[in-house]
Amino acid sequence: MAQHQVNYTQDNGLPVALTTIDKVVNWGRSNSLWALTYGLACCGIEMMASGASRYDFDRYGTIFRSSPRQSELMIVAGTLTKKHAEFIKRLYDQMAEPRWVISMGSCANTGGMFNTYATVQGVDRVIPVDLYLPGCAPRPETLQYAVMMLQKKIRAEKAGKAQRPKRLL
Amino acid sequence: MRAYKPKDDVQKKSYYTDRYWVAPMVPKSMVEDDAVFAADLAAIKAKFDVSDAYIQVEQMVVYIKPEDNVGVLKLMKEELGYTQLSEMSAIDWIAKQGQFEIFYQMLSMGKRKRIRVKCFIDQNQAIESVNPLFRSADWSEREMFDMFGVKVNNHPYMKRILMPDDWEGYPLLKTYPLQGDEFAAWYEVDRIYGKEARAIIGPEIRDSARVDRYDTERFSRLGFEVPMGAEPKAVDAEETPLAYQEEGGVFMIDKFEDDKTEIISDRKR
Repeated sequence: MAQHQVNYTQDNGLPVALTTIDKVVNWGRSNSLWALTYGLACCGIEMMASGASRYDFDRYGTIFRSSPRQSELMIVAGTLTKKHAEFIKRLYDQMAEPRWVISMGSCANTGGMFNTYATVQGVDRVIPVDLYLPGCAPRPETLQYAVMMLQKKIRAEKAGKAQRPKRLL
Repeated sequence: MRAYKPKDDVQKKSYYTDRYWVAPMVPKSMVEDDAVFAADLAAIKAKFDVSDAYIQVEQMVVYIKPEDNVGVLKLMKEELGYTQLSEMSAIDWIAKQGQFEIFYQMLSMGKRKRIRVKCFIDQNQAIESVNPLFRSADWSEREMFDMFGVKVNNHPYMKRILMPDDWEGYPLLKTYPLQGDEFAAWYEVDRIYGKEARAIIGPEIRDSARVDRYDTERFSRLGFEVPMGAEPKAVDAEETPLAYQEEGGVFMIDKFEDDKTEIISDRKR
């Protein structure tokens, strides 16, 4: 114990912090949001820039994964076509609970400028969305803000099993 | 090439243009004006029927019978040196004359010439594949089928290329609505959740600029955030300052305090 840099005169003389299970679990969840790489269009470029060294998502514990099994955050970055809609649903279903979705950019929010027959008019028609991020395309700072807002949202949730699994239907 | 017009003051001018303005036809000239094209046309005419031929924008346009398409393209490829099929597709003239116009854009690198071979087919008439002659026709013919419903005989893999396999309708037809028919509007819902989910998910909202500040389920005002589903009277509550963390702090994480931050003006510091 003595090797630790612990000030025994504080915190009741012990290296102990008192908190609740909810807070510890949510602290872990909100600070290790592993995101599924879901670049569908030009927003994907901004998402990649957010992950790269200049904006550095690793600072928030947000690390991009290529497998839905390893990720709990889906950043839908770009235009969702009707042909692709069933695949986004399947990948969302493969993610483990608890899971969150950021809808990034106008196209993912509402279909954006693609007011056509082939574009899904908002990903919330297919999967439940936690956070809508406006912009065309949103800058990396905006995506950082979205992730921080999502962290704030996660910390406000109950961590226990009472949490209802998210389903659109 | 179109004539170049100076665009220095283009932003000072009105954007308005007459929406019923019809562009005048690009002038046509006789095939005899160009010796190379005249020789090519003579070679085609020796074996096949040609209903019309002219030169437009330095390219020759040849109208043939639809059943001659493979023969004409084979002749042009093997004897006339037009070794590339750079583009092919269909044009919807159903409203005007009940027909599709099929065009094949041919390129000769040796002669530095382009010829457009065209033919008309009826609405339910199939056309022979030129895939054995040009590999580039493979996907083009599939796209033509996908977008116009023009069937191609003896194609090795006649299947939709862009739209899903179970799609109904042909989107590039003039009669197809831009925002899709009923099948297109409900496609993703029907496919994933089934028709009974239509009432729950609801129709598509096509107004992407719709903002309702009193709808706290779907919208929030930046700087005036209220909890989701709050009463509309709470919307005009006092301003909430921009905060990245909740009050009381976060377990094991230092609070970001706005007034203690420093904005670095010198990036190389």
